[in-house]
Amino acid sequence: MTTTATPDAPPKVALRHRLAERGVDTLLLLALPASVFMAVLFFYPAAYGVYLSFHPLPGGGGFFGNYQAFFTQPYMRDSILNTFRIALPAALINVVFAVPVSLVMRRRIHGQKALNTLLVVPITLGTVLVAQGLLIYLGPRGWLNRTLTALGIISNPIQLVHNNLGVVIALIVTGFPFAFMLTASYLSGINPNLEAAAGTLGASSWRRFTNVTFPLLAPGLAITFCLTFVLAFSVFPSAQLLGNASGGAHVLAIAAANAAFQDYNYPMASTISVITAVIELIVVALVLGLRSRLYSGSTSNAGKA
Amino acid sequence: MAGILTDVPQSAKTSREKVTIRSVGGWLIWALVVFFFINVFAVIAAVLVQSFGSTWFDSWFPTGWTTRYYGYAWNNFQLPNILLVTLEVALTVTVVALLIGAPTAYVLARRDFPGKRILNLCFLLPIMVPTITYGIPLATLLYQVHLGGTVGGVILANLVPTVPFVILVLTPFIEQIDPNIETAARSCGAKTHQVLLQILAPLIVPGLLASALLVLVQTVGLFEMSYLVSGPGSQTLVVALYYAVFASGIRPAQAISAMAVMYMLTTLILLVVALRFVSPTQMVAQVPDPQRK
Repeated sequence: MTTTATPDAPPKVALRHRLAERGVDTLLLLALPASVFMAVLFFYPAAYGVYLSFHPLPGGGGFFGNYQAFFTQPYMRDSILNTFRIALPAALINVVFAVPVSLVMRRRIHGQKALNTLLVVPITLGTVLVAQGLLIYLGPRGWLNRTLTALGIISNPIQLVHNNLGVVIALIVTGFPFAFMLTASYLSGINPNLEAAAGTLGASSWRRFTNVTFPLLAPGLAITFCLTFVLAFSVFPSAQLLGNASGGAHVLAIAAANAAFQDYNYPMASTISVITAVIELIVVALVLGLRSRLYSGSTSNAGKA
Repeated sequence: MAGILTDVPQSAKTSREKVTIRSVGGWLIWALVVFFFINVFAVIAAVLVQSFGSTWFDSWFPTGWTTRYYGYAWNNFQLPNILLVTLEVALTVTVVALLIGAPTAYVLARRDFPGKRILNLCFLLPIMVPTITYGIPLATLLYQVHLGGTVGGVILANLVPTVPFVILVLTPFIEQIDPNIETAARSCGAKTHQVLLQILAPLIVPGLLASALLVLVQTVGLFEMSYLVSGPGSQTLVVALYYAVFASGIRPAQAISAMAVMYMLTTLILLVVALRFVSPTQMVAQVPDPQRK
């Protein structure tokens, strides 16, 4: 280390210079407060949660006791399936509708800001308010059932709240604007000349979409799906308020909250949180894995864009 | 380009057919969007109408109108205290998140150092992972150190998703400021703290303002963290609203709606102010742009 340094120069300085050459100097200390904060309040609790999940309460079994308990209790096991039953349709509907809507909206740029402003309203109002409004609006005597009855579409009010359907609707109200805005921003990053070029070569609008726009949009769409799905998968307040009247919709987040705040079984609550996170990670990994395959395959069809 | 397009060997008839098909599809999409908005605004209107109704049972509209449930809600839900807590939490979170987020954003925007990618990922993770997933272990810990149920605990919990958010919003903003300005200040003999406080700080004021407003709107609306950590006396408005809806039947439905309207007004006023300085797309958590990689 000191081979190049002159004998009277202390090695300390040499090290400092060497570090500074690689971008490490005292200025990096500016990042310290936020890093320490995240370490203490995000990574440590996360690690603590994992640790806790392997240490059941007395009488809860051994190292894997909580996990065994989770997967042997039918109620708990079913909550995974039920969460998928809510999150998957919600996320798919949000993303599938976000694509045509953002494609249509792209052509009319002058109304874009007003539209985005309107779309941000349900997101800003948040899940609790949307759930409260939906309880009134979708209830058996609410405006929707009333309108459908008046139009003669239905004869008896349909049950839209206090079941999984209500939760899915709530997830669409707050999730669709989110999915649309992400998709629209990804779409705006695609050079429209590419599509125009395909058009001059005689590609129909459908072919332009399938062979040019969609492959370029796919990576963004995969991320949009992941974020929407993960949000829907950990649905909490709307599931509690709009789900089954007896104890909310049967989803993982509610199972975790109940374990923590009703049974005071924090190790079990952490176990359910860990299981939720692992399932989310698996889905995200699957989608992103699929994305890389989908993307490279389609690009070769479209030629070097 | 129009010239090129007319040269494409296609009869006028087929292209006109395509236009109609496309426009029919376009109108269908528009109808869907309008349908979506009608429903969203009916949801909001339902809350509004109920809050002003004296009795609303089996009819299109309430049989009479009154404002007395606002007074009822104000007194019965301890709204003055709840509003105070909400304000305290939202403002403290905003200030602290900016104070510790902005310096980090500067480092991430200007410096290239070993481990930078990992650090970036560490700040991205809390935004990607839903709050409830890590919120329960975090709440457990906060209760163990006796911060659970206090306003301080609620503030700390709300900072976890907001600090990374500030970093994410500010980093690209600082990146676009010409680094030569800082170099020039340095060559004129400015010390590091002078460069940061007298040169850079004034330049990033718009970015700071934008992220402050985004954090403010987010914190008022963020439910999960406050719900998991708050106790009696440290509830924010959205948590109090949740408990009111959850225990509906105890108090008149109109009072719950009146509280919901007050919450709605708070967030919408903040939203209107925020939208003067930020674009609506920024309200949605920013994600890494695939085109930028």
